Amino acid sequence: MDQSKIRNFCIVAHIDHGKSTLADRMIEKTGVLTSREMQAQVLDNMDIERERGITIKSQAVRLVYKAKDGDEYIFNMIDTPGHVDFGYEVSRSLAACDGAILVVDATQGVEAQTLANVYMALDHDLDVFPVINKIDLPSAQPEEAKNEIEDVIGIEAQDAPLISAKMGIGIDEVLEAVVHKIPAPTGNPDAPLKSLIFDSIYDSYRGVIVFVRIRDGVIRKGMQVKFMSTGAVEEVVEVGYFGPGRFIPCDELSAGMVGYFTASIKNIQDSRVGDTVTDAANPCAEALPGYKKVMPMVYCGLYPADTARYPELRDALEKLQLNDASLFYEPETSQALGFGFRCGFLGLLHLEVVQERLEREYNLDLVTTAPGVVYKVHKTDGTMFDLTNPANLPDPSEIEYMEEPIVSGEIMVTTDYVGQIMQLCQERRGRYLGTEYIEKTRALLKYELPLNEIIYDFFDALKSRSRGFASFDYELKGYEQSELVKLDILINRENVDALSFIVHKDGAYERGRKMCEKLKDEIPRHLFEIPIQAAIGGKVIARETVKAIRKDVLAKCYGGDISRKRKLLEKQKEGKKKMRQIGNVEIPQSAFLSVLKLDDTK
Amino acid sequence: MMTPISVYIHIPFCIRKCLYCDFLSAPAGKDLQERYFRALLSEIRGAAPLYDTYEVKTVFIGGGTPSAADAGWISMLVEAVRSGFHVSENPEITMEMNPGTETPGKLRIYSEAGINRLSIGCQSLQDKELKALGRIHDSAAFYRCYEDARAAGFRNINIDLMSALPGQTPDGWRDTLEKTMALRPEHISAYSLMIEEGTPFYDRYGDVSRHDLYDDLEKDDSQRLKEAKWEALPSEEAERQMYSDTLRILKNAGYHRYEISNYARDCITDPGKYECHHNRVYWERGNYLGFGIGAASLVENTRWSNTRELNRYIAENGDQEKIRENKEQLTVHAQMEEFMFLGLRLTEGVSMRGFETYFGFPIEKIYGRVIRKLTEEGLLEQKADHLRLTARGTDVSNYAMAEFLFDEADS
Repeated sequence: MDQSKIRNFCIVAHIDHGKSTLADRMIEKTGVLTSREMQAQVLDNMDIERERGITIKSQAVRLVYKAKDGDEYIFNMIDTPGHVDFGYEVSRSLAACDGAILVVDATQGVEAQTLANVYMALDHDLDVFPVINKIDLPSAQPEEAKNEIEDVIGIEAQDAPLISAKMGIGIDEVLEAVVHKIPAPTGNPDAPLKSLIFDSIYDSYRGVIVFVRIRDGVIRKGMQVKFMSTGAVEEVVEVGYFGPGRFIPCDELSAGMVGYFTASIKNIQDSRVGDTVTDAANPCAEALPGYKKVMPMVYCGLYPADTARYPELRDALEKLQLNDASLFYEPETSQALGFGFRCGFLGLLHLEVVQERLEREYNLDLVTTAPGVVYKVHKTDGTMFDLTNPANLPDPSEIEYMEEPIVSGEIMVTTDYVGQIMQLCQERRGRYLGTEYIEKTRALLKYELPLNEIIYDFFDALKSRSRGFASFDYELKGYEQSELVKLDILINRENVDALSFIVHKDGAYERGRKMCEKLKDEIPRHLFEIPIQAAIGGKVIARETVKAIRKDVLAKCYGGDISRKRKLLEKQKEGKKKMRQIGNVEIPQSAFLSVLKLDDTK
Repeated sequence: MMTPISVYIHIPFCIRKCLYCDFLSAPAGKDLQERYFRALLSEIRGAAPLYDTYEVKTVFIGGGTPSAADAGWISMLVEAVRSGFHVSENPEITMEMNPGTETPGKLRIYSEAGINRLSIGCQSLQDKELKALGRIHDSAAFYRCYEDARAAGFRNINIDLMSALPGQTPDGWRDTLEKTMALRPEHISAYSLMIEEGTPFYDRYGDVSRHDLYDDLEKDDSQRLKEAKWEALPSEEAERQMYSDTLRILKNAGYHRYEISNYARDCITDPGKYECHHNRVYWERGNYLGFGIGAASLVENTRWSNTRELNRYIAENGDQEKIRENKEQLTVHAQMEEFMFLGLRLTEGVSMRGFETYFGFPIEKIYGRVIRKLTEEGLLEQKADHLRLTARGTDVSNYAMAEFLFDEADS
């Protein structure tokens, strides 16, 4: 394969700026699929993604484009996630590319995440060219968008294609621009095999499917390959490239190409994303740099609703970790919930996505404990440790002080909503650093915020208070000493470890009160009265009561229709089975989940 | 000796659907009614020969509002049962009736047909409450109906009453009870309103299974309800008051409670005389045949029910082969569960010896653990040979009854 006819690129954009739609149009235009075969969004093939309109898993598709110069080009389009939580995944997708298309919404202009993604692309030495999308909308301001790209990002934008991915306007121009503005790959096909794993998935029929970008050399069927980080050697069973929504086997992949291979990989931990795969018989001298290792920022406990399914949860996490190297997990036990895992995530959205994937793809019912961040606990004996589970917090007398992670955040918002957003940041213990005006109507607010204040519902609050006109990006800045306390929840006077969390002392009362209110709604009435208390170090700061049940009667038994009564009783019994027994109180799984969403009710 | 059996006949027609009603019933034109009754007669006549070894002890014509239909049809239904089945010497033949649909002429026809028990859907004697329920009648119409029924010679009458109604107060409920007692009906069914999914009431009041939370909401939200002109449901406190008033007033008036919601006038010579023998068959798991759409049957531990689709029922002309659904031979476990959760509806409870005779196992062996647990919780008690719910157990009977279901793994 002539490398000069290959283009490996990705599309980067702020969320909702139309990246997936553009990808679909490009797939259509290149004739690989007819319009009729197109699913709404070919690249986003997971249910969750479709529902949320965001792309989570990086995926690749190979297109054949006949350019105006008469030559056929192979496009490997690698999809990237758009959300700030998935910076890591963006990073590894970018490593497989030589260039990037930047999609900017003509009605919104440059957003905080646009910046973050472009900078990341530039960090990977990618050539970036912009396109201005949604020019069909009445509120489109393409000239302003171009100027903003040049002013804010500093890349040439005057000849950016003006397109509407939705209406199919300007797509040919984009395809031509890919040929001319994205550089061809430059690997040596005759050198020993050197390829980068940028993703991998588990398929129940084929086992692990490894996604690779070939830098040098060739990979072909039957070859023995070596995974450089683990030293594992496997025989290649199949190689191929990515058709839209399916895998197309071929004989070999050579330098500059993007594709996949399968091997008889027994241990899924062997195919680690970021690792270098080489020829076992003729290995390359050194491994590719791989990716920046990311640290999980948010932790929570994941437990199977049915305790017997613990091994299934373990297997599912193992498989998920295959294509989500940023997912961290280790076994833990809870008095309330039994055996489960403490899991680390890049952010709250990442947590939700993993949770939903476990539930949908692996058919597991999960109980999730309140998410928390990693605190540094300095003990009076001079030692320090990272606390990821509130249950492990030592007695206050043993704690010298604690530190919590702080992020520096940038919020881009139209000037109309600056007041509301500043108020929100203040409520979340933000430290105001300054404001930059991007243009007359838009400002970039800079804040330092404790991470534990933004992992809950900060994004939702941001959206609702700005009517969607604010975007947020953040990165970890470091740790700072803080007055933190552990809030315990007592149900019928028993401490429920799975409901404990760490909170700043100023917010403790409010959180405790809300927790109690929420739990009161969630815990069904029992034969006896159940006090629900929030306590700090044994001192109760809030209390609610679930009154004893007074009546639970089917007044009328419907003639001979016993099945109806039976169903009612069965439902009652079934409901009980799904509950967790704590002392003599039965707590529904939903109670553990509901405390994650404290702010959307009251 | 013939095996006893009961017959239920469903009339799915009414003048207008009440706001709380989730029964299989709707208004229908004369023509549709006629086609339905023809199919119904055909179903009864077709089934009768198969039950040659059974003797019909009770018949119950329910609905819907059977009294809204042409009385000639009712007469023909009873006649079809009488001529097709062996009917015992003194059968209990009940028909449901709603005030505003009866006439002296109709009542005479019912009586001549052999109907000897009437169940009148009164629900309340407060006109405001009747209106809130969407009933077609007021209290005056009920009194007329009751007097006409007595005048037509009916000596066994049930009155249906409902508590926990929108806008109802304990005072209003006591007034309804006392006025009803003054009429000395033979039987009272006093139900607490249930908000069923799929009814206008459900759309209005939603799921009130967490009554305590509903009360909280009510306090916060009463303005909204007022604006919407909806009467609020009574608080849990008020509802409990109405319940205890029911027990007290009926008892003092000489009625005994024999089932969760059913009370019969005492009779010195024959204590159970005025109880509804037909309904007892359901709770005691006797044999019964249901005719008409949606009607359920249980014969020798086989259950089935008829299609709920009126058009299909008519198209098949009540052909039992084609209209029966969900036929199921009950497992021994299912029989035991039903024995318990139906039997415990009765005030006297279940007979432990009866259990052992029926199933061949002592009840202790099957349910010992559950019985001990519920006894400790104060919900169940033993009196001579009977296990029965305590007053508290009756309040939370669903909870107690659910305990008698087996885990899937057991069955």
